[in-house]
Amino acid sequence: MIASLTSAGQTTTGEAILFWILAIVMVLAAFGLLFARKAVHAALSLVVVMIGLAFMYVAQDAPFLGVVQVVVYTGAIMMLFLFVLMLVGVDASDSLTETLRGQRWIAVVGGLGLLVVLVGVVGRAHYGAATGLTDANADSNPVALARVVFGDYPFALEVVGALLITAAVGAITLTHRRRLSPRVTQRDRSEARVLDGTIAGKPVPGVYARHNAMDVPALGPDGQPIDASVSRVLRVRGQEADAEEYAARIDRVLAGDWANAPATGVEAAALPGASSIEESGQTAEIADEGAVAAAKEQS
Amino acid sequence: MTLTHYVVLAAILFSIGATTVLVRRNAIIVFMGVELMLNATNLALVTFSRMHGNLTGQVLAFFVMTVAAAEVVIGLAIIISIFRTRRSASVDDVNLLKG
Amino acid sequence: MLITGITTDAAWSGSALAPWLVGIPLLSAAVLLLTGRKSDRWGHWLGVLAPLASLAIGVVLLLNMLGVSADQRSANVSLGQWINAGAFRLDAGFRIDPLSLTFVLLVTFVGTLIHVYSVAYMEHDKDRRRFFAYMNLFVAAMLLLVTANSYLLLFVGWEGVGLASYLLIGFWNHNPVYAVAAKKAFVANRVGDIGLIVAMGLLFTHIGALDFASVDAGAPKLSPGLLTAIGLMLLLAACGKSAQFPLQSWLGDAMAGPTPVSALIHAATMVTAGVYLVVRSNAIFTAAPDARLVVTIVGAISLAFGAIVGCAKDDIKKALAASTMSQIGYMMLAAGLGPIGYAFAIMHLVTHGFFKAGLFLGAGSVMHGMDDQTDMRFYGGIGRTMKITYFTVMAGWLAILGMFPFSGFFSKDPIIESAFVPQDGQTWRAWVFGLVALIGAGVTSFYMSRLFFMTFEGKRRWTTKADGSHQHPHEAPALMTVPMIILAIGSVGLGAFLAIGDRFTTWLEPVTGPHPEGSPVIPAGILIALSLVLVIGAAAFAWSRYAVSEVPVIPPVGTLVTQAARKDLYQDVVNDAALVVPGQMLTRSLVYGDRAVVDGTVSGVAKTTLRVGDLARKVQTGHVRSYAATMTLGVVVLAAVVLILGS
Repeated sequence: MIASLTSAGQTTTGEAILFWILAIVMVLAAFGLLFARKAVHAALSLVVVMIGLAFMYVAQDAPFLGVVQVVVYTGAIMMLFLFVLMLVGVDASDSLTETLRGQRWIAVVGGLGLLVVLVGVVGRAHYGAATGLTDANADSNPVALARVVFGDYPFALEVVGALLITAAVGAITLTHRRRLSPRVTQRDRSEARVLDGTIAGKPVPGVYARHNAMDVPALGPDGQPIDASVSRVLRVRGQEADAEEYAARIDRVLAGDWANAPATGVEAAALPGASSIEESGQTAEIADEGAVAAAKEQS
Repeated sequence: MTLTHYVVLAAILFSIGATTVLVRRNAIIVFMGVELMLNATNLALVTFSRMHGNLTGQVLAFFVMTVAAAEVVIGLAIIISIFRTRRSASVDDVNLLKG
Repeated sequence: MLITGITTDAAWSGSALAPWLVGIPLLSAAVLLLTGRKSDRWGHWLGVLAPLASLAIGVVLLLNMLGVSADQRSANVSLGQWINAGAFRLDAGFRIDPLSLTFVLLVTFVGTLIHVYSVAYMEHDKDRRRFFAYMNLFVAAMLLLVTANSYLLLFVGWEGVGLASYLLIGFWNHNPVYAVAAKKAFVANRVGDIGLIVAMGLLFTHIGALDFASVDAGAPKLSPGLLTAIGLMLLLAACGKSAQFPLQSWLGDAMAGPTPVSALIHAATMVTAGVYLVVRSNAIFTAAPDARLVVTIVGAISLAFGAIVGCAKDDIKKALAASTMSQIGYMMLAAGLGPIGYAFAIMHLVTHGFFKAGLFLGAGSVMHGMDDQTDMRFYGGIGRTMKITYFTVMAGWLAILGMFPFSGFFSKDPIIESAFVPQDGQTWRAWVFGLVALIGAGVTSFYMSRLFFMTFEGKRRWTTKADGSHQHPHEAPALMTVPMIILAIGSVGLGAFLAIGDRFTTWLEPVTGPHPEGSPVIPAGILIALSLVLVIGAAAFAWSRYAVSEVPVIPPVGTLVTQAARKDLYQDVVNDAALVVPGQMLTRSLVYGDRAVVDGTVSGVAKTTLRVGDLARKVQTGHVRSYAATMTLGVVVLAAVVLILGS
């Protein structure tokens, strides 16, 4: 294993460079968390911080933790955050004006004070020479970790396991919504429809139709167009197409002719290709598109 | 560069997380500030473990992560419940304990 | 008859009956009050029997006492130890000696007669039984006062008569005026009581005992200044009880009570308790000439005050009240003269008890016949219709004038004589007091004659009754007239009886000491002649103004003196300005102080607590971020402390 620390407790140069780059990025991202207007931006800043931390863990001879950081923390927890943000309101943004009196100043004082004090404490502490984890990680980091966890802290592990179960159950309990009205089943719906009179429901445009356009009405059993199959908006605007016109057009196409009646002065060219149904279907489609364009020009 | 730098970085991240809790009003962002503080602590623990040459720090960080996970689950569930009833995700609106 | 535990040192038998003097009326009062309405039908007879029984006991004690020689007559009947407090021991008991027995006989005799009178006078009052209960209570308290063997037990009786007086003045307390009059009497008495309490305190401090025997023995050893102080305090008490200047304002208003009350309490007995106190304390007064001088001055002022006021009063009872004040002024003047006057003061007290009670009962009879009219301007000519009343009142009138040979002559003239006797070589004092007494006698004659003539002589000035019918003054029933007759007989003959052979003076010698001889600056014979001339002249003047000439029904405006006299020489104005208003200001300021300071402090504490709580409450904003801020700051502070201390 490559020793990551010199005998004096100093880190390698590579690690130093890594540290400084990551540190700056992480601090900037942390500020992004602090100052971001939109919640999603804040969440993503935090993700950046966590990934940076994962890099650092790996650099500090804690590969297992680094992976766990990415998988659990960033992958699970931050995604949870993002899901909840989705539920709560993605565009919910904080205004920057402070509502509590003096809170901003206290926050500045508190934050800076905390920083100064912590750095002071940390800076003054005597740590002794750093040992490094080369010996501890002799059997690879996960194995060594496992030895410590299952050997020295099995009880803590059990408790944490129970904790996780409790958390899961708790989450279900907390987000459980009580049904306030009885559930409407399929049977109830159809019974209501029978009583209502709208037995078969409204036909969707295209059903019983020779055409699946939104503005072409469906035909009822008696061959007449059903008004209710076209959107009311179109009907009101008078953009409902004529069903018979379309039926005639389709008949013409199926007969191998152009959909539209030939205009004056234009030689009715013969249709290219054989009149196989597929081809005619395709050409009919092409012709239909042209017919549609023409119909639209006419109307 | 000594390992102290890592601890200082952890302190910086910790105080930024604390400030986030104090300043932001959106409950989820406040929660994220708490997560940042926990992460900073984890960094410090890992660094100490490296300093002292045993894995206790890493084990502790591991447990912290687990507990943080459980905590996030419950915390977010609570936020969702509150949001459902009050239609607001602002921590300032949850002030019924006002004296 | 004998209660176990009574000890007596009497040289004569029967002294163990003494406690029953007080006990029987007290028991009767208790029975009448406790049985309530059930005893309404027979209560008044029990009320009459109680003082009669006390009279019987008094007579028995007198007869037994007369059987022994003069120096053996005083007896101390002890009921046992009353107070045992450290070095102070006091027995409760009775002192039966000539002075107390005189008072006992006076109170019970006159009291019984007035009780009999009240049976008929209060016949139409539904609270007659309660009246008799209070009257019996009064008799018990008065007898306790005069027979007590210590100042403290005397004070119990003193307060008891004050209470009875209050209850009886305000007997018809549904009338707020009467209730206020009762309160005024009580408060004025209370002011006097301060004097008695202070005197007792001084006696206790310097002699260490309060019974008369110890005080009489210890008084001569005290310093003159102290004796003067004690004397003045006792005088203050006497002024309160006897309606002397400056505590005289209550007596006129006390006429609000039923007439028997005025007769018994405010003429014959209670108001004389002050004189009794002074004479009983003669050991102190004899040794304190300055206090005695003040007593004489007070007596002289009250004498003049009462006389002036009496001349202008149209209400018959108020005129008699002013006369009472004046006559007690005579007694005080006499008592202040020292050993030369003590006996005369008591003699005048006894005769005054008879004729003043008679006058009051007569006034009550007139009122009874005239439908409770008290304004003399509406009387006139009643003498022709109410004969018995006419003659009994005439007897009292002549007695109070001091006309020979009625009783007043034998009791008032010695006082005037003694006033003219120079003491300690101070002749000017003799002239001043003597002339005041002499001229006072003349004024007394004038206003009492005015009263008599306005009521019984002259033309009828009767108005209609309350229901509109004409007045028919009819003679009172027998139960009222017989006591009046008996009292009239006393008014006529008692004075002579007591004076002949210095009988009364000798009788009182064991208590007052030997009677010194003294020659007045004006010879006695000329004095008697002068006083008779003055008296007859004033009576004739009153005859001409009120019997012969027309008496105006509407009071004429009169001179300034008359107007002042009608307002009791502005006594109420002075009292109000000097005492009532400052007192009310004091109480109001105290109430204000209580409300503002005491209540203010208490509720201020509460308000401050609330306000502090309100301020402290502001920490609980309910905002998570504030709490987080507090926590952060706390952590910073703690860590800073660690940092600083750890370095």
